[in-house]
Amino acid sequence: MNLDRSNLEQILRQLADEVLALRWTGAAPDERVMPWLIGIRSGGAVVAQELAAVLALTEGERPLVGALDCSLYRDDTWLRGPRLVEGQTSLPGDPTGQRILLVDDVLASGRTVRAAMAVLADLGRPKAVALAVLLDRGGRELPIQPDAVGLRVQVEPHQSLRLLTDGHGRMERVVTQPN
Amino acid sequence: MLPQPSATVPPLQLRHLLALETLSAEQITALLDLAAEMKSVNQRTVKKLPTLRGITVLSFFVESSTRTRMSFELAAKRLSADTMTFTASSSSLSKGETLLDTALNLQAMGPDIVVLRHNRSGAAQFLAECIGCSIVNAGDGAHEHPTQGLLDAFTLRDKLGDLRGRKIAIIGDIAHSRVARSNLWCLTKLGAEVHLAGPATMIPPGIEELGCVAHRRVEPALEGADAVMMLRIQRERQGNDLFPNAHEYHRFFGLDAERLQLAQPGAWVLHPGPMNRGVEISADVADGPQSVILEQVENGVAVRMAVLYAVAATRGLNPA
Repeated sequence: MNLDRSNLEQILRQLADEVLALRWTGAAPDERVMPWLIGIRSGGAVVAQELAAVLALTEGERPLVGALDCSLYRDDTWLRGPRLVEGQTSLPGDPTGQRILLVDDVLASGRTVRAAMAVLADLGRPKAVALAVLLDRGGRELPIQPDAVGLRVQVEPHQSLRLLTDGHGRMERVVTQPN
Repeated sequence: MLPQPSATVPPLQLRHLLALETLSAEQITALLDLAAEMKSVNQRTVKKLPTLRGITVLSFFVESSTRTRMSFELAAKRLSADTMTFTASSSSLSKGETLLDTALNLQAMGPDIVVLRHNRSGAAQFLAECIGCSIVNAGDGAHEHPTQGLLDAFTLRDKLGDLRGRKIAIIGDIAHSRVARSNLWCLTKLGAEVHLAGPATMIPPGIEELGCVAHRRVEPALEGADAVMMLRIQRERQGNDLFPNAHEYHRFFGLDAERLQLAQPGAWVLHPGPMNRGVEISADVADGPQSVILEQVENGVAVRMAVLYAVAATRGLNPA
């Protein structure tokens, strides 16, 4: 499987539609909720920026964007050895009481998302957290499901998907590679 | 130049941290980048990471040091490791047990990482060769104090950015200072120009071969420096004949406000502590706006968190 920029833009628009259709707990039926978009480094941070740009165009309001690094919260430290941090965790502010949309590029086992939720819990107590992913390739190992999905794809178990970026930090294409 | 590790080994994979001499610039940079993330954790409300749950860190301090031991213990606790402390004064070492026998007994209690401070050069290397734990050198004799070198480099990088081409002066007792040696290795690997100065009796002959410039007087080392690192006069580690007295030392080699003006405007002042005020550094400089001495202490915790994480996670790949 190989997705180019135009495929990815289409998938991103689908994701934006699903994000706008999300029903947030505690929000009134006609209330328009603009959550913080928090990308999981490194791929999710790229998607969060682009998703924010799409939402800014359609809604006339750019959501606040942040990024978090969950390397130090992963459960595979003892299997994979020390990981370089992908970049610093930076949120737009104190997440306590905020609605937060975690954004990632590819959802597979769910272990990264579990780690990201642990990071968030140490940073504050958000009002609600939802999950948006550009691509869901299946293969969950934890009870974690996305609330908004750009595209569900089938990938062989021994393959993984990798989001590549261009020189400006924008999504360029998604390629399949061996695990 | 020592052989660099092959590019296929991830830079944070460290079985032990014994010295900075054997680390590459890439490994040092990876540790400093990681320490920056650790520092942001230390500024949160919840100053805790779950990363080293179930790991036991033993502080084995044969030579006393309150600050370094507390810094390591705080670092281990912030990473959720369990900590134990063993100090020489309260232990069997004072009853005549050898270092190896003590270490084997401690190993039997199953720590994963031993943080060792010892008054003999090479003690950390010796322990790494004879027990199965990962060893982090917290200072061995006049050899190295690698985490101090890393925290000084972290502090300098935080203040100056890229250290390539920056002039860093290290002033004082170079010969007896493990801090100077670790800094010299670390800063030259990161591309800084290191200038040393001190009394002739305290500058080891041939030190220039390590890639620095040595001066007999303090002024040429200070001129145009971006940062000045003052070393402690270590009365407990040297004979009485290396310099006449503290007053004269201060006159010729101490850093005061007037002498600091030789350096770049706003040059940063570092000191590894504990300070002898009025000997190597005057009080007005130590407490002045250019001093980053307390930031060094703060950064020390973050740097030690990065080191403990790297060593523990490497150990997880290939337990002894």
